[in-house]
Amino acid sequence: MRTILAIVRKEFLQVFRNRVMLPILFVVPFVQLIILVNAATLEIKNIRISFVDNDFSSTTRSIFNKFAYSPFFKIQPSFGSFKDAEIEMKKGKTDVIITFPSNFEKKLKQEGKAELQVNINAINGVVAGISAAYVQSIIASFLKEEMGKSYTTILPVQIKVITHHWFNPQLNYKNFMLPAILALLVTMIGMLLSTLNFVREKEIGTIEQINVTPIRKYQFIIGKFLPFLLLALVELSMGLIIGKLLYDIPMLGNLGNLFIFTILYLIVVMSVGLLVAVSSRTQQQALFVLFFLLLVSIMLSGIFTSVETMPYWAQKLNLINPIYYFMRVIRMILLKGSSFLDLLPEFISLCIFAVILWQILLVKYRKSTI
Amino acid sequence: MYRVTNLFKKYNQVAALSNISFEVYPNELLGFIGPDGSGKTTLFRILATLLLPDSGEVKFMNYDVVDDFQKIRRYLGYMPGRFSLYADLTVEENLNFFATIYGTSVKENYDLIAEIYSQLEPFRTRPAGKLSGGMKQKLALCCALIHRPTVLILDEPTTGVDAVSRKEFWMLLRKLKQRGVTILVSTPYMDEASLCDRIVLMQKGKIMSTDVPERLIASYPVKLYAAFGDNTYVIKSAISSLPECQMAYLSGRKVHFTMKPSHHPREIAEHLTKLGIENFRIEPIAPTVEDYFIYRMINE
Repeated sequence: MRTILAIVRKEFLQVFRNRVMLPILFVVPFVQLIILVNAATLEIKNIRISFVDNDFSSTTRSIFNKFAYSPFFKIQPSFGSFKDAEIEMKKGKTDVIITFPSNFEKKLKQEGKAELQVNINAINGVVAGISAAYVQSIIASFLKEEMGKSYTTILPVQIKVITHHWFNPQLNYKNFMLPAILALLVTMIGMLLSTLNFVREKEIGTIEQINVTPIRKYQFIIGKFLPFLLLALVELSMGLIIGKLLYDIPMLGNLGNLFIFTILYLIVVMSVGLLVAVSSRTQQQALFVLFFLLLVSIMLSGIFTSVETMPYWAQKLNLINPIYYFMRVIRMILLKGSSFLDLLPEFISLCIFAVILWQILLVKYRKSTI
Repeated sequence: MYRVTNLFKKYNQVAALSNISFEVYPNELLGFIGPDGSGKTTLFRILATLLLPDSGEVKFMNYDVVDDFQKIRRYLGYMPGRFSLYADLTVEENLNFFATIYGTSVKENYDLIAEIYSQLEPFRTRPAGKLSGGMKQKLALCCALIHRPTVLILDEPTTGVDAVSRKEFWMLLRKLKQRGVTILVSTPYMDEASLCDRIVLMQKGKIMSTDVPERLIASYPVKLYAAFGDNTYVIKSAISSLPECQMAYLSGRKVHFTMKPSHHPREIAEHLTKLGIENFRIEPIAPTVEDYFIYRMINE
């Protein structure tokens, strides 16, 4: 116990004496939460839209106005022919082109239906899909308002769909992103710093002096893990406070549960880090391997996109991705208020991870001198 | 104290140690002398329980270095060749850390390190990385001694240290010996051999000889001569080209050479004069450990 405390003390001394690391530890949560939460959003605004109006009627005019009032669209100058507008889109200067045929209003009033053409730049498929949905909903609402007044009788019986968004009623993207950023923060601090710290001892040779002492390997590992575990928990608390103050992020679940899960998760990722550390000789090697592991598992974890929409194999791959579980857990606890029992599958999965990793570590560790 | 029998160690296919056997007696200062790459560090790492031997047996007191390494470590003080303390911790913090890890305190064993530590005292709060080379060595020695080890293993402690500090360091070792510590020290410097009680000469992973320095020198099998002169390099190449000469090499500012049987150095002197070399003189000299080492190396 005294030995472990001595190591913990030593680690803290080193961290707090490090002129580069210390500021980063306290600046990182602010930067991540302020910049990333605001920048990483799937809400699409300022879609550039151009019109090619061959009808020049009051109907096309009022559709135009509907778009002009929408916060999602930014009206670009209109074009006399579709060709000109198409050139403009090819130059990348407009995203959506709406073309009204010459007798659009007449057809609409006489036959109750008319056609218009929508062209959308689909270089970014997600943006294109969302733009299309926006265009449709604006035109639909125009039809409902304008046509409903004069043609109520013609319109068939309507089924009204009322959408409720659960757990995030305003579809606030920040509420979705903030827990994910917190998960990233915990991973970075806990996994990256502890792994690099381990390898550093090897790289500068201090491990030699440690290895000749009667220190037990488990004492050394615990002594090394504890400081970074505590730092990661401090970072999480800071992140939660910033989230509450700046974004008023919902915290529906039990925060105690969140911390229990965080500790379990940290044990898992730190063990992964330790495995990397055991097999690398320099910090550079370790960093490279970690970078690769983190990039793949973060992208796969459902940080930006929902895992349920991923291909089947990717969903299965996520079963061995600890970040995936933690991403789920932190969102479920904060946004959904899930109880410990709701999260039991995730808890068991993380426990299995920890047990397997420790088995591997014990074997690998015994054979090598860290 | 240590009993090493038929020790072998290979790195990939290269033999680092082959068939090493020797014994370390209690409270002796045993020097391991050999050029770089002769296997000293590998041997020390095995003795310090940091490396597993391929075959052979190493016993420390009654413990085996492989099976009972945990027990041995209590009695062991090891100072690696490379500075291995925490550069960002101060002198004091380093010492306290290692004391705590060994389950002791600086206060408890202060008497053993008092003399060395008193020189470090003014730099107590300085980070270890910012100490001078000699001071770093002293701190490392303190940290290796803080738990009052029975045996102290020092891997090339004087490499890269200036001549004065080297001398000082050896004085410290002699004093530690008087306090009952058994000391194993390796060095590439032959001139440090005379400071050891016994020496182990190593070459290419093998032990050439193990003995008291005086006795090694006494076993030098032929007569050794030295030639002094203005241009020792010319003299050396002249001597070694002569058929009467067995071997010749530069040693400091003189040429050491030996004669083939039934030849006399007078013949060499005559040849040198014939070659037009002036201002030289040839004297018989007493061999040193270095001469012994070179003799064995060339004649094996």
